[in-house]
Amino acid sequence: MADASAATAPARPAGATSPDRPAGSVRRRQRLRRALTGWAFSAPFTVLFLVSMALPVVVSLVMSFTDLRSTDLRNPLAVNVVGIDNYTRLFSDQLFLRSSVNTLVFVIAGVPLTMVLALAAATALNSGLVRFRALFRVGFYLPVVASIVALSVVWRFLLDPEVGLVNNLLRLVGIDGPNWLYDARLALPSLIVMAAWRNLGFLMVIFLAGLQAVPADLYEAATLDGATRWQQFRNVTLPMLRPTLLFGGVITGIGYLQFFEEPLVMTQGGPLSSTLSVSFHIYNQFGFGNYGYAAAGSYVLFLAIVALSVVQFRLLGERN
Amino acid sequence: MATKDTTLRTRDRVATTVLYVVLLLGLLAVAGPFVWMALSSLKPEREIRDVPPTWWPETVTLDNFRGLFSRLDFPLYFLNSALVATLVMVGNLLFCSLVGYALAKLRYPGKRALFLAVLGMLMVPGMVTFVPQFVLVSNMGLTNTYAGLILPFLVGPFGVFLMRQFLQSIPDELIEAARVDGAGEFRIFWRVVLPLCRPALATLGILTFLASWNNFLWPLVVATTEDKYTLPVALALYSVGENERNYGLLLAGAVVVVLPVLIVFLVLQRHFLRGIATTGIK
Repeated sequence: MADASAATAPARPAGATSPDRPAGSVRRRQRLRRALTGWAFSAPFTVLFLVSMALPVVVSLVMSFTDLRSTDLRNPLAVNVVGIDNYTRLFSDQLFLRSSVNTLVFVIAGVPLTMVLALAAATALNSGLVRFRALFRVGFYLPVVASIVALSVVWRFLLDPEVGLVNNLLRLVGIDGPNWLYDARLALPSLIVMAAWRNLGFLMVIFLAGLQAVPADLYEAATLDGATRWQQFRNVTLPMLRPTLLFGGVITGIGYLQFFEEPLVMTQGGPLSSTLSVSFHIYNQFGFGNYGYAAAGSYVLFLAIVALSVVQFRLLGERN
Repeated sequence: MATKDTTLRTRDRVATTVLYVVLLLGLLAVAGPFVWMALSSLKPEREIRDVPPTWWPETVTLDNFRGLFSRLDFPLYFLNSALVATLVMVGNLLFCSLVGYALAKLRYPGKRALFLAVLGMLMVPGMVTFVPQFVLVSNMGLTNTYAGLILPFLVGPFGVFLMRQFLQSIPDELIEAARVDGAGEFRIFWRVVLPLCRPALATLGILTFLASWNNFLWPLVVATTEDKYTLPVALALYSVGENERNYGLLLAGAVVVVLPVLIVFLVLQRHFLRGIATTGIK
């Protein structure tokens, strides 16, 4: 760069106030160079990101306004624009409505359950009395890193009506355990418990980080004022942890709104569609080749997630 | 004074005991199924079905694991899983650290838009991209190929976010000093910046490898013949229908899927936990 500017303005003594033209061109060239460098680093990612993610998001939206089916892929001219037909059809589709109710139940029951368990584990581990904290932390985190397919094998074995451990334990106390996954009333609750079991370790780690950020002198002051442990928890821990709890609740909510893997590997959405989720319904429509319809369903789900996130920002905004 | 101390100490001891009991019960409920899975995989099918069940295997056998080789092609699925996960990991490490560096340390037009697009992508549910991705991959003729298994996962918004957050903590002076010394931009990145990113790279590497290893839905639809199955796909497809309650083999398969991950996790757990601490995302 220094060479280049010297070449364009050889007569200027170094350090003199630069005249407009050469300095401007130097600056322009510098800017161009910076842009090229920035994009040289960004280009490989950006190309892959556009092709495999950004473009599909747009294509999905476009598809949702067409009657595209898997058989049309070879003959794109047969595809018609159908406006919002797919969306109106969704809301008269009994299975979609059923899956929406199931998903809402899953979120409304699953999020609080997971959060309470995670908060209990985090508070216990944070109490300062516990040794082997690392062991407990690792233990609670195990299901988070394990494959859902492996977990499904274990859980179907545990919940097996005859040889499963759960019903064997119930038999010890004289209860004849039900067929958990094949009973239309019990299948969804079973999956909710399984999801809470699977995700509590992740939330626990987030809550632990939040708990450790609560200043210790707040507890000292509360102790001096004669507050019991429960009162300290209610009046110090919970208010201080509010942002963390909200954050944890929302990411869990976003994840649970997309609830899919558990029914896919455990119940295939049954019995009697009692564990069919919105994502699962979309996946089934994809399987039937109804691509446009599936895309519309996925955008409804997307909107629900955006709405949930907006609510979070509102709640957090009030706080700050 | 002395009696008050003693009562306090007794109360503390009671509280501690209660705490441990609760924690141990929790641990039993959460980690217990894994132990149960491992122990049961070593029992013969007949003993697995014993009522009441045996806790410790009476007869220890490796038959279930042998079945994974004779009745299924587990070594091949294992290699497929390892290959796909390794390539996905390498892609994420390379592409996300390059763009993460640009986003954190370089100034160029379009940077803000790019970052916002990446952040926005974090909110998009997988189902939205799933169908177009499948159409894309099948139009490119990549169904049932390794390329098709890998392509949609080579980059991800999470990796960019993680790398950018970390790279922002690297002092600008270091990069400026290298620039003054006349090092080229790529050389600065490769020789100065990247070595400082080792902790973030370790976290990102582990998390992307793990996500790919456990990935189920995509390989389920893209791998159409057995020679391209990954471990979760093979195990899931074997476990439906007539083998649904063939627990011995299924449990052994689950052990093979989970064990490598558990070992990696136990050895490198601090990297997992740092990933969450930095970004709040799995």
